[in-house]
Amino acid sequence: MRSVVLPKIGTWEAFRDAARGLLAAGLPPEEVLWHHGEVGADLFAEGAPPPTAAPVTVPRTYVDLVRKVIWHRDPERFARAYGLLWALQGNRTLLRDRGDARVDRLERMAKEVSRDRHKMTAFLRFREIGAKDAPRRSFAAWFEPSHFILEPVSPFFTNRFGDMDWAIFTPDLSARFEGGTLSLHPPEPRPDLPQDGAEDLWRTYFRNIFNPARLKPQAMQSEMPRKYWKNLPEASLIPGLIAGAQAHAQAMAEAAPTLPPRRAAPITTRLQKARADVPLPEADSPEALAAELAACRRCPLWCNATQAVAGEGPREARLMIVGEQPGDQEDLAGRPFVGPAGQLFDKVSARAGLGREQAWVTNAVKHFKFTPRGKRRLHQRPNGGEISHCRWWLEREIDLVKPDLIVAMGATALESLTGDGRAVASRRGRVEQTYSGILVVVTTHPSYLLRLPQEARPDAEQLFESDLATAAALLRGEGALPPPAVGGLPRDI
Amino acid sequence: MARHTLEQKLAILSDAAKYDASCASSGGQKRDSRDGVGLGSNTGSGICHAYTPDGRCISLLKILMTNFCIYDCAYCVNRVSSNTTRARFSPEEVVSLTLEFYRRNYIEGLFLSSGIIRSPDDTMADMVRIAKSLREEHHFRGYIHLKTIPDADPALIEQAGLYADRLSINIELPTDAAVGQYAPEKSPDQIRRAMADVRLKREERKERSHTGKRPPRFAPAGQSTQMIVGADGADDTTILGTSTRLYSSYGLRRVYYSAFSPIPDASSTLPLIRPPLMREHRLYQADWLLRFYGFELPEIASATKGGHLDLDIDPKLAWALANRHRFPVDVNRADRELLLRIPGVGTKSVGRILSARRNRALRYEDLRRMGVNLKQGKDFLTCLDWRPRHLEVQDLRARFAPPPEQLQLI
Repeated sequence: MRSVVLPKIGTWEAFRDAARGLLAAGLPPEEVLWHHGEVGADLFAEGAPPPTAAPVTVPRTYVDLVRKVIWHRDPERFARAYGLLWALQGNRTLLRDRGDARVDRLERMAKEVSRDRHKMTAFLRFREIGAKDAPRRSFAAWFEPSHFILEPVSPFFTNRFGDMDWAIFTPDLSARFEGGTLSLHPPEPRPDLPQDGAEDLWRTYFRNIFNPARLKPQAMQSEMPRKYWKNLPEASLIPGLIAGAQAHAQAMAEAAPTLPPRRAAPITTRLQKARADVPLPEADSPEALAAELAACRRCPLWCNATQAVAGEGPREARLMIVGEQPGDQEDLAGRPFVGPAGQLFDKVSARAGLGREQAWVTNAVKHFKFTPRGKRRLHQRPNGGEISHCRWWLEREIDLVKPDLIVAMGATALESLTGDGRAVASRRGRVEQTYSGILVVVTTHPSYLLRLPQEARPDAEQLFESDLATAAALLRGEGALPPPAVGGLPRDI
Repeated sequence: MARHTLEQKLAILSDAAKYDASCASSGGQKRDSRDGVGLGSNTGSGICHAYTPDGRCISLLKILMTNFCIYDCAYCVNRVSSNTTRARFSPEEVVSLTLEFYRRNYIEGLFLSSGIIRSPDDTMADMVRIAKSLREEHHFRGYIHLKTIPDADPALIEQAGLYADRLSINIELPTDAAVGQYAPEKSPDQIRRAMADVRLKREERKERSHTGKRPPRFAPAGQSTQMIVGADGADDTTILGTSTRLYSSYGLRRVYYSAFSPIPDASSTLPLIRPPLMREHRLYQADWLLRFYGFELPEIASATKGGHLDLDIDPKLAWALANRHRFPVDVNRADRELLLRIPGVGTKSVGRILSARRNRALRYEDLRRMGVNLKQGKDFLTCLDWRPRHLEVQDLRARFAPPPEQLQLI
C-alpha cells in the first residue's frame, strides 16, 4: 500500500506528478491511499514513487476533467481520478462514454466544481479597505466556497481587477494580489472588514430593479442558493421584498389612471409639429418616387422585407439596368445592386465599357422576397402577380428617367418589361422592346453566374460581358440594330 | 423640480429600467486588465451576480440615463403622459456608479438606456459620451450594452458600436399595427432599418482591409431586441413569426420576450393584467426549438391551439404528442436530427448519446446518466432494454399536464 500526500496549494501539479509515477510503477488504484494536506509533508517520500520522466499520454479530455475534479471536497476524488487514469490505459475511448458509471461520477464532480467556481465569481463581494484616493485602491472579501476552488479561480480575479490590490479570504486558503502579484497563503481567521458605503447604493439598486409583479422566488433560489446569502449584502432585503410584493402589485393594479401632467400635451404637439414640418421632396423627383414607394402595400411582399429598394442613378441617364429584386444585402442597405451579384455586375460592366455610374440601376420587384431559414434568408423568385403589381413602379421610373435603352437582366426583368418571361437563355444577346417601344437588351442575371459551377463560369461571364458590350455599342450609336421582334413579344427560336 | 440625491436618482432610474428583460453579458471580445492600467475583463461567457425575487438575474447595472421622455408609448412607465417621478443622471454619476459597483464585483458592466429627451440625436450622443468616457478615460474593460435609439443619426450608432459590446433596439410589440396603436411616435420600419444597419456595420468590420489589418470590432457581442407579450392581441404563432423574421434578417443574438407587466400609473388604454409568465416561458422554449433543435415555425404552429402554445406542457412535448407516428425513436440508431425531436432530450444529451454509442449500445440507465429527462422522454424512445408502453394511449397528454386546478370559492 502506497500513501500519497498532496499539498493544499499546487494540488493539481502534485497530483499529476504522483499519478505519473504511480502509473509508471504499475501500481493499481487499490494500492494507493490519497491524502490532502492534512498529513506532514515528510510522509510524502515514503509512499510515492519518484516522478518519472517518461511521459504518460492521456486524452486531453482527461486532463480537462481531472483539473476540475481535484478541487472537489469529496475525499475520494483523487482515488477516483487515478482509477479512471488506470482504466483509460485499457480503454482509450472510455471518456467518450458518459453512460459509464466511473466517467459519470467524475463528470458530475467536475460540474459541481465548475458551478461553485462560477458562483464564486458571481457572488463574491469586495469591500474597500484602503483610501479611495490611493494610487492603487485596496479591497478585500470573505467567501465560503463549497469546494477548494480559490486557487483555480484566482486568475479570474487577477485578470479582472488588475489595477487594484485585493485579498480574498476563505476558510481553506487566502489569496492576495498586491502590486500586480498574486500569492496564496494558508487560511486566516475571518477578517472584520469595514463598512463600505457603496453597499447602500447596491441595495438601493437591488430593491428597485426587482419587479414585484412577477414574483418567482423559486427561480431566484435555484440560481442563488441560500448558502450564499450570508455573505451577500443585498440578501437581507429578500424576505421583505417577497413579503411586500403582493401588496405592491395590488396597489399598482388598483390605482386609477391619472390625468397626464400639464407638460405632456405641449410636448406631444411640438413633436407632431416637428415631424409634420419635415419638407416634402419636390414633386416628380426620384426622392418623391422613393418616398411613395416606401409606403407601397400593393402586394404582401412588404410585410417581411426591411424596406422597398428604389432605383438610383443620374436622372438624365440614357441607360437603365433592370434586375430581378433586391437581395439580402440590398434589403439591408436600401440600395440596389450592392450585394455579391451587384459587385459582379460592376466588375463585368466596367470591362464592357458600360459605366454603372451613368446608368439608372433598379429592379423589376422592389421588395426582397425570401424564406427565413435559421440565421439566413433564402431568396425566392417573385411570382407573376408580384411582378405585375410592381410593374407600376418600374413604369414610373421609366417615365421619370426616360432611358434610350434598357438592359433586362434575367427572366423577371424581362417579364416585367416585355410581358414575356420565358427562357432567357435562348433570348440573351437579342434586342427586344418594352410595351412603349424602348429597346431592351436581354441578358442573364449576374446571380445566375454566381450559381454556376466554377468550370462553366468563365464562358457564361464572357457571354454576359458581350451582351453588356452590345448595349454599350448601341448607346454609342454603333452597331446595326437587329430587327425588332414582331409585336414586341418575340417567340423562342 | 426637487433635487434628488444620487441614491434617489438610482432608485428612480433603476425602477424605470426594470421592464427591459435583457441583462445578458455574454459574447463580446475577450479582454482583461492584467496590464494593471485598466479595470475589468470579459471572458465571453456572462456572469449573473445576483438574483432578485422575480427570478431574474442582475448581471449589469441596468439604468436609464434619464426617464424624462417625449414619446407617449402606452405600455411604458416613462411615457410623457405618466406622472412618475422624473430624474436624470449626470454622465459622471453613471460612470462612477458603474466603476464603483464593478470594483466590488456586483456587476459585469453597464446596460444603459434612456428616455428620449430633446431629440433622439441629443439623447444618443449623451449615451455615447458615457460609454466613451468609461472606455477611454477610465480604461474600463467590462461589458457595455447600449440601447440604441432607432431614429438617431447613423454616425452616432457607429460610435456606439465601437464602445459597446452589444447594441439593442427594441421592436416593442409583435406587429406593426400594435406599434402604431401603442407607440405612435415609433416607426417599425425605422426600427428594422436601424437593425439592418447594425448588421451591415458588423459585417463590414469583420472583413480585413487590403493591408490585412482588422478594423476595430463593431458591437462584438451582437445585437438583441425585446418584444412585449400580452399587451396586444397577437397570438404566439405571430410572435414567433416575427422572431423568425428578425433572427434571419438581422442576425440577432436574442429576441427577448417580456410578459406585459403592470406598471405604476398605468395608461387607461392598456388594461393591467397579471403578467403572463408561463406564456413568456413557453415562447422562450419555442424560440429555442427554432434556433437549436431544427424545428420550423409551421411545425410549432401545427401543435398550437388556435395559434397559442399549450401552457400546460412544453412545445416540444406538444409537437411529439401531435406527431406520435414519428415515435418511438431508437436512440441507438436515430440520427442527430431525430434525437433532437425526442421530448426530454436536450442538445447536450444528444452529443453524449452520439459519442457513447460509437462504442456500445445504450441502455435506459445510460440515458439517465447522460442527463435525459426520462419522465418526459420514456414514452417516446426505445433503447437496448426499454420499449415505451403508453404511446398508443389515447389521452397521453394527461400523463404530462398538471392536474386541472380545483376552482376555489372566494
